[in-house]
Amino acid sequence: MEHHHILRTITKLLIPIILLFALYVQFHGDFGPGGGFQAGVIFGSGIILYGIVFGLDKAMAVIPPSVLRVLAALGVLLYGGVGLTGIFLGGQFLDYSVLAAEPTKGQHLGILLIELGVGTTVAAIMILLFFAFAGFNREERG
Amino acid sequence: MTLLGIDNHLPALQVVIPLMGAPLCFLLRRPVLAWGFSVAISSATLIIAFLLLQTTLQTGPLSYALGGWAAPWGIEYRVDTLNGYILLLVTAISTLSLLYARTSFEHEINSAQLPLLYAGWLLCLTGFLGMTITGDAFNVFVFLEISSLSSYLLISLGPDRRSLTAAFRYLVIGTIGATFILIAIGLFYSMTGTLNMADLAILLSKNTESRTFHAAIGFLLIGLAIKAAIFPLHLWLPNAYTWAPSAVSVFLAATATKVAIYLLLRFLFTVIGAEHSFNLFTLNQALLPLGVLAVLIGSVVAIYQDNIKKLLAYSSVAQIGYMVLGITLVSLSGLTATLLHLFNHALMKGALFMAVGAIFYRTGSLRIADLTGLGRTMPLTMAAFLISGLSLIGLPLTVGFVSKWYLVVGAVEANQMWLAIIILLGSLLAIIYFWKVIEIAYFHHKSSEAPVVNEAPLSLLIPTWILVGANIYFGIDTRLTAGVAEKAALLLLGGTP
Repeated sequence: MEHHHILRTITKLLIPIILLFALYVQFHGDFGPGGGFQAGVIFGSGIILYGIVFGLDKAMAVIPPSVLRVLAALGVLLYGGVGLTGIFLGGQFLDYSVLAAEPTKGQHLGILLIELGVGTTVAAIMILLFFAFAGFNREERG
Repeated sequence: MTLLGIDNHLPALQVVIPLMGAPLCFLLRRPVLAWGFSVAISSATLIIAFLLLQTTLQTGPLSYALGGWAAPWGIEYRVDTLNGYILLLVTAISTLSLLYARTSFEHEINSAQLPLLYAGWLLCLTGFLGMTITGDAFNVFVFLEISSLSSYLLISLGPDRRSLTAAFRYLVIGTIGATFILIAIGLFYSMTGTLNMADLAILLSKNTESRTFHAAIGFLLIGLAIKAAIFPLHLWLPNAYTWAPSAVSVFLAATATKVAIYLLLRFLFTVIGAEHSFNLFTLNQALLPLGVLAVLIGSVVAIYQDNIKKLLAYSSVAQIGYMVLGITLVSLSGLTATLLHLFNHALMKGALFMAVGAIFYRTGSLRIADLTGLGRTMPLTMAAFLISGLSLIGLPLTVGFVSKWYLVVGAVEANQMWLAIIILLGSLLAIIYFWKVIEIAYFHHKSSEAPVVNEAPLSLLIPTWILVGANIYFGIDTRLTAGVAEKAALLLLGGTP
């Protein structure tokens, strides 16, 4: 892709916007359309676009697969951790109302954290899937 | 246990502990640590399942509203005698086969993949427990997908390359099954606007004439039959069990189809209602020939196998046939037999697959012809195989006898002597395929050039013999198994969710 100057320039321009839009969908998800899954996919697609245009090695240098695996696990742990916090604060599992002094604020905080967990795991898994498929032939050749 | 009132949260913790354990297990990286951690998690779920069953036996069903949202709007976890019994079975088998797994996995699987494997195992356990405990129809589908996806992973990590095609085949067929179940749940939802099982049971009974309802039952039955490997939808099972890693075969053979049979019972008796399922739609007449064919064809095909795990897998197809036959009787003794056989078959097949795993550990072969002389060189392993085989045939003083006894009694009570004869015929066929193995292992002398084989290590023998001991113990003292199974059968027939 070295000679595709237009493609490379436009990609460089687009990636920050894609990532920013992902964060918007993530953190605005409780007021408008969106949420963790969509945000995770958009964030992942930003990195995947980088990988397609600039090559797998450069993408792996940005986010190494080992880091992604940890992130994927941490997202699930964040989700479950919020649920367990509900139990420790005297509510049911995944009861957000007890997370803050006021139930509405607790609900707000709870859904935000849960969706952050979802977003982290989804983005990490999307990128890992891309790495796995794009790197497949490379492993075969040794 | 009163700390923070944690005992009130046991239904949620039953599922959440393995769910949280899986990513932690993955982060541990060191295979031995990951193994120890997953054994600890699985043991914790076993203790919780035991406490839950004890509580339901004493005080009746438990209900847990996730997130504090009351049913039928929120997701409800509901534990009664029936699913408490299944939870205990699944967690006990998972814990025992994890104890067995370390030595077996180290021999069969690349150590870099082990933490991933244990994480997948815990996710699979999460899925089974979630499907069993939940009182919400859509939640069943979610957990079904969790357990299915992780079991495809577990199977694909098998030592033989054929495990990849077996896992892929299971993935394709299993996804069709899961989709059918989802379609059925969607149709139920479109009719009633609710997903809670108890609420569905009330609302569905008002609208039995609708075409949507009939279509939903068709989709549901086929979807669950695929997952439970009911003949003729069992085609994924033999290859998946044969080429999976040994310990995974133990775990899946003893639990996966059992949970699907539980769901079949739950949907037929609780959600649709026994009255509608069997009097209005006469689903027992549809299931009866499938059960009979499963017993006969499964057993006959097992006789012609030359791979020992495949033999056991086809024998599982036949044993699932017995469970289906128990359901079709729609009587107390029939259902008790199904529920007992669910438990007892897990004990026998668990022990058999463990013994075969130990043989594979020493000889590296699954061919029946390579078993020559093992009765002398691996006496303890072969004795375990022999005793659990006799249990599968249904010899008195073993668990196999108890469940077949209830089944025959059920058939005679229903005035269906021919069914009792089919059940006995199935046992005779089981003698043939077991004798084939026993004869080669005990009575054929191996050639002098064959490599010397030692007895399997204790880490494999101890879990195997615990299960063999359970085969005999529960064959003599049936108070726990038959007592609870009968209570659960009463609960199903009473129509109370």
